[in-house]
Amino acid sequence: MTEKKFKNPIINWIDYRLPVFTFLNHELNEYPTPKNLNYFWNFGSLAGIALVIMIITGIVLSMNYTAHVDHAFDSVERIMRDVNHGWLMRYIHMNGASFFFIVVYIHIFRGLYYGSYKAPREILWILGVLILLLMMATAFMGYVLPWGQMSFWGATVITNLFSAIPLIGESIVTWLWGGFSVDNPTLNRFFSLHFLLPFLIVGVVILHLVALHRFGSNNPIGIDAKGKQDTLPFHPYYTIKDLFGLSVFLTIFAIAVFFFPNFMGHPDNYIPANPMQTPAHIVPEWYFLPFYAILRAIPDKLGGVLFMFGAIAVLFVLPWLDKSPVRSSQFRPFYKIFFWLLVVDCVVLGYLGAKPAEGIYVILSRLATAYYFFHFLIVLPLLPKLEKTRPLPVSISKPILSASTPASVFALREKK
Amino acid sequence: MIRKNFYFLFVLVSSIMASYSSFSASSKINYPEQNWSFSGLFGIFDKSSAQRGFQVYREVCSGCHGMRLMSYRNLSALGYNENELKALAAQFEVKDGPNDDGEFFTRPGRPSDKFVSPYENENAGRAANGGAYPPDLSLIVKARPDGANYLHALLIGYEEAPKGVKVPDGMYYNKYYSGNLIAMPQPLYEDGVDYFDGTKASEKQMAKDVTAFLAWAAEPEMEERKKLGVTVVLFLFIFSLLAYFSMKQVWAPVKRKI
Repeated sequence: MTEKKFKNPIINWIDYRLPVFTFLNHELNEYPTPKNLNYFWNFGSLAGIALVIMIITGIVLSMNYTAHVDHAFDSVERIMRDVNHGWLMRYIHMNGASFFFIVVYIHIFRGLYYGSYKAPREILWILGVLILLLMMATAFMGYVLPWGQMSFWGATVITNLFSAIPLIGESIVTWLWGGFSVDNPTLNRFFSLHFLLPFLIVGVVILHLVALHRFGSNNPIGIDAKGKQDTLPFHPYYTIKDLFGLSVFLTIFAIAVFFFPNFMGHPDNYIPANPMQTPAHIVPEWYFLPFYAILRAIPDKLGGVLFMFGAIAVLFVLPWLDKSPVRSSQFRPFYKIFFWLLVVDCVVLGYLGAKPAEGIYVILSRLATAYYFFHFLIVLPLLPKLEKTRPLPVSISKPILSASTPASVFALREKK
Repeated sequence: MIRKNFYFLFVLVSSIMASYSSFSASSKINYPEQNWSFSGLFGIFDKSSAQRGFQVYREVCSGCHGMRLMSYRNLSALGYNENELKALAAQFEVKDGPNDDGEFFTRPGRPSDKFVSPYENENAGRAANGGAYPPDLSLIVKARPDGANYLHALLIGYEEAPKGVKVPDGMYYNKYYSGNLIAMPQPLYEDGVDYFDGTKASEKQMAKDVTAFLAWAAEPEMEERKKLGVTVVLFLFIFSLLAYFSMKQVWAPVKRKI
């Protein structure tokens, strides 16, 4: 006998045999979500939608793109000029990469600020870092595909990093290139991988969501929800909030796509790749600049590569570096200061990554790199021993209930 | 605090952007800013200027510079009708083939043909120009930082080399070119073309017109893009408002209970 779970008998019949509707109802409708989430919690769903936008436009672009060194540049220009609304697809995809990173970086810093990586959400966090790594690989290979000057020279610089590996480095680079320089085989495999990796990202995103739904979202005060009074069903409260966030995001995104489509790009990438002519400055896309700065800050090639990957690797072990049991920085006065210092440090690194590696910029890069690792490896483990955290509220709804007016909800949390 | 954080992050992101875009601007010389009809959110191309620019390109630039991404049919966007385009394309000799006998042959151009390049290949271009290849102009405005202003400045930037600067043979002094020594001789001179519409062909006028033409050639989709953009952004803005007030309404009971 089928249970009478749903009004519609067909849905009921299907759900009894394949409980997709129960699943959707459980994870998207009833799913209990802390009632006090602020707008920074919008960025997870925004990242998911950015990924979908990238995949859809990417598939359309791939139908008109030719992965061959003689045709890649022209096929992209054909998309821009002759394919109906090809310019729209391409500009959405091109700017979409930047916006995807903006959203994901805000999402990550949100996690850092509110301690969302702490027990029991360590695996959730690690999967997130894995997504970031996959995104970086995908974005890097995607930037190579138009086969402009920056595409070519960026690919040359970054693939050459692997030559720093002792003994087998040169062979690895040859293997990556599929030849003795960045050439047609390289472009072909990058296209293949650029098509494949986003679907791997989708897979990891699903795991990320499974891990998220195990314990639910963290929240701005960082204490666990203690019952129904602390949570709201995801629908309609957070579906509508995510929809509002999405429409604001899309508005800003559309302004970039339609009015400033090349703002975040580099003019040199409108010059076809020329292996005989190196551009004056080879700069990666803005979202790689902090890592590029770390790479160049270390005087040794292998060291630079290790530190650059170390900058990401350190995020994988973050849940065990930060030993403080208190999640939210609202109750950690010193961590809050260090958090903002880290933010500034990352911006400074990004700025330095865009500057030529000479003079004062090298020294500043080294200081900023040192500070980055100082934050994660020294400050975070030591801080809990020295920091006196503020008393935590009893529950999410408790301080709210004791407040006299609705407006004081936020004020109360801000009280020093 | 939350709001402050948000503003901070916003400033952060924009400062990253600013630092990035200022990089490309850091090493450049200041060009005289022009008031382009196509700049700004609602800017459109000045078609008569671009048409004159095409005349300059055809009579002056195309001797050395190709525009391999452009077809004659594309010019219809500048206001040429089909017959004019057929007549225009027919003035060029296009290499085609092989025919049924396996022979390559030349025929008059058709509107669907790409602009005929002045040289068979890059090496021929280099050989004819003392080793310097005259770059293709299809994308030149997009391929240089502040492209339109740069190009315009470059075209009017020729002058006598200052004392002490030695200009080698086959090089010319240009105050706006990076390094000041450029292999392209001054292309534009007063009355270098006889404008079809009777406009006085001063050096500045020609520089402005040909830049307008090249700006169009680099971004032929620009007008359609901005027009669609206005609609899309307006729609999304209104949609955001609706979503905002819906959200307020959905959340109202929760907020009241608090």
